[in-house]
Amino acid sequence: MSELAIELQGIDKSFGLVHANRNINLKVRKGTIHGIIGENGAGKSTLMSILYGFYQADHGDILVDGRKANIRDPNAAIAAGIGMVHQHFMLVENFTVLENIMLGAEESQILNAGITKARAELKRLEKEYALEVDPDAVIEELPVGIQQRVEILKALYRRADILILDEPTGVLTPAEADHLFRILEQLKAEGKTVLLITHKLREIMAITDEVSVMRRGEMVATRTTKETSVEELAELMVGRRVLLRVEKGEAKPADVKLSVKNLTVRDSRGVTMVDDVSFDIRAGEIVGIAGVAGNGQSELLEAISGIRRAKSGTVLLNGSPIDVTGHADPAELRKRGLAHVPEDRHHVGLVLKFEESENAILGYHDDPKYRKGMLLDIDAIRADAEEKIAAYDIRPPNPRLKTANFSGGNQQKIVLAREMERDPDVLVIGQPTRGVDVGAIEFIHRRIIEMRDQGKAVLLVSVELDEIRALSDRILVMFAGRVVGERTPDATEGELGLLMAGVEGRKEAAE
Amino acid sequence: MDFFQVFIELAQSTVRLSTPLILAALAGLFTERAGVFDIGLEGKMLGAAFAAGCVAYISQSVMMGLFAAVLVSVLLSLVHGYASITQRGSQIVSGVAINFVVAGSTVILGEAWFRQGGRTPALTEDGRFGRITLPFADAVREVPILGPLYSGLLSGHSPLTYLAFLMVPASWWILYRTRFGLRLRAVGENPGAVDTAGISVIWLRYRAVICCGILCGIAGAYLSLSANAGFTKGMTAGKGYIALAALIFAKWRPKNILFACLLFGFLDAFAIRYQGYAFPLIGRVPVQFMQALPYILTVILLAGFIGKAIPPKAGGVPYVKER
Repeated sequence: MSELAIELQGIDKSFGLVHANRNINLKVRKGTIHGIIGENGAGKSTLMSILYGFYQADHGDILVDGRKANIRDPNAAIAAGIGMVHQHFMLVENFTVLENIMLGAEESQILNAGITKARAELKRLEKEYALEVDPDAVIEELPVGIQQRVEILKALYRRADILILDEPTGVLTPAEADHLFRILEQLKAEGKTVLLITHKLREIMAITDEVSVMRRGEMVATRTTKETSVEELAELMVGRRVLLRVEKGEAKPADVKLSVKNLTVRDSRGVTMVDDVSFDIRAGEIVGIAGVAGNGQSELLEAISGIRRAKSGTVLLNGSPIDVTGHADPAELRKRGLAHVPEDRHHVGLVLKFEESENAILGYHDDPKYRKGMLLDIDAIRADAEEKIAAYDIRPPNPRLKTANFSGGNQQKIVLAREMERDPDVLVIGQPTRGVDVGAIEFIHRRIIEMRDQGKAVLLVSVELDEIRALSDRILVMFAGRVVGERTPDATEGELGLLMAGVEGRKEAAE
Repeated sequence: MDFFQVFIELAQSTVRLSTPLILAALAGLFTERAGVFDIGLEGKMLGAAFAAGCVAYISQSVMMGLFAAVLVSVLLSLVHGYASITQRGSQIVSGVAINFVVAGSTVILGEAWFRQGGRTPALTEDGRFGRITLPFADAVREVPILGPLYSGLLSGHSPLTYLAFLMVPASWWILYRTRFGLRLRAVGENPGAVDTAGISVIWLRYRAVICCGILCGIAGAYLSLSANAGFTKGMTAGKGYIALAALIFAKWRPKNILFACLLFGFLDAFAIRYQGYAFPLIGRVPVQFMQALPYILTVILLAGFIGKAIPPKAGGVPYVKER
């Protein structure tokens, strides 16, 4: 018996030219919650995928319980007692909970024999770890918090002693995240070892015993959580001092620029996603919309920016109406001064196969300044792209590089540069820092504040509550398609969390 | 002719005509539920029919013919599997390519070997599947209603027809009651879940493709060894595509496949029987219209009446481990 659950010795992994993991050494003590923190692209997920047998390391050894383990596929990892909860759940959505748990561990060729046994085992696990789920519920009908529970049960069913969780709280409400942490504490009390991968410093401080920091493929430090601080970890992650708090002056709201009245939007299935929402945004203020993903924020953004047709309601831009229930033309809206940074830059914001310079003018390509007669003026476009690259510190500074080859943060800067540099009156931004590393977040936040100070009206939608609180001058909370409350940025996280979970809102609406 | 007699005859030919559709649609069910779309059912069936015709003629053995049909169809399936699973190519392109290659090469080879304009020589009774007469079929023929139903409708089909109808519950059982079926359905929905559970996505998909090959092979053998006495060029005549339509129409479920194929088989039987027949009020219906009916029906019914047919989520997408 070793007191180390896992030891990694000199793990090295490259994908083509990308050196994802460099000579990683890591010791994880048994019965602890060990955090692994780092920016996007620091190599955390690659490292965990190696540990789970999804990839093979080019060099290095994995020791499980003090013995060298040859983990060449997930089967070997499962046999070694390692279970993993992936960031994107590995569940079959139209299967029941039971079927998902049994998949790959069915025991016999014919299912019936295994089903009774699996049911009994599941009951036992549920009791032992307080993880209630209905074994016959279909996955796609369960909320994400429960789906995650199924993933944990899947690992426990395979008798995992070591549980890896990859960014587990990204999709959870604060309350669900708290519940998850209680489950992890329970697992620890039962003697299991938990490896928690995250880029959220707050979670690391709240729950881990030890924390290891990765930066650019290297393991830069391991600390005992009690003896470190958020500031120190942030500095280790980024490699320089970071301002975690955004500094901003007092807002000076002026005229109403964007006015939304009784807006109702249904999705393609006919489900009401935005339900009778009204608000105003003035020049020189940032209005943040908080809420758990899937409560109508996306549809609200899409309706305002003319991508999705609304069922009913009116939207006024600079006092004149947008035809949101008919054919609002996004190109027309841009000309009228509404810039839109979409939530999903890969599918809506950018064409990843295009050059940087092409994406930098996408949607504004019929502007005469990019044109030479009937043709595009490539020189003017590239010169324009170079200016934006310099102003937004986009790296690598090459307007001819394919957009897919930029990091998430730099891709986001390409979109922001395109939309912000057009000097819009209203800026609608969805998830400005999703998949963006800490250094770039700081830059993007500063830019958004600058836009406000230049007298733009900014509508900000984000699932990151910290971001909403840091940037907004007013916060609207959406739950189940309705605005359930308005708060100032000094509202506590607990208060907003309750609103986001729909607890407080119902009371307020009833009053 | 009295109505009941017409009904029995129509039902009898419906059963005969839907046999290859059922087999081909079940073949499609296995690959498509595993996430490999297969537009090449038509080509595989045709290749199998050709192989069955050649081998049954040369060997004068119907079982050798059937075996050859299954072998050729499985080999074609493996080509599709290699292109779309291992090489991660486009499943549509691979399927279309198989259809073209088979359509052309069966005629060329047939002409080169037998010199009968792309046909294989007509088979004698030894080279064909006979009809199975169920026990007492002749004895009960005269019993009113039940007699004709039993001896006219249930009895007197090719063994492959009985096999096709038995394959419906068998396929259901395999897909929903066995480990292989659970994994097969899972790999068509979320191959990542299968991979992380420690099961090989590639091997699983290959097995599904092989199942498809076997069933397509039997369907092809039925055409040249049972429905006809030998191979004629292009004899599948779009049955592979009708089977695909039936598969979509059936929302990728075995029980629905049975009904969809019977419906399409019935339309075919109806079209043949009433070719050139002047209906009251409507008049003469062009035969092309009747032939197009299954497709028209699929479009109309899918568009509104039976709700949305949701294909397996990972269908058509080669599996690549994400970085």
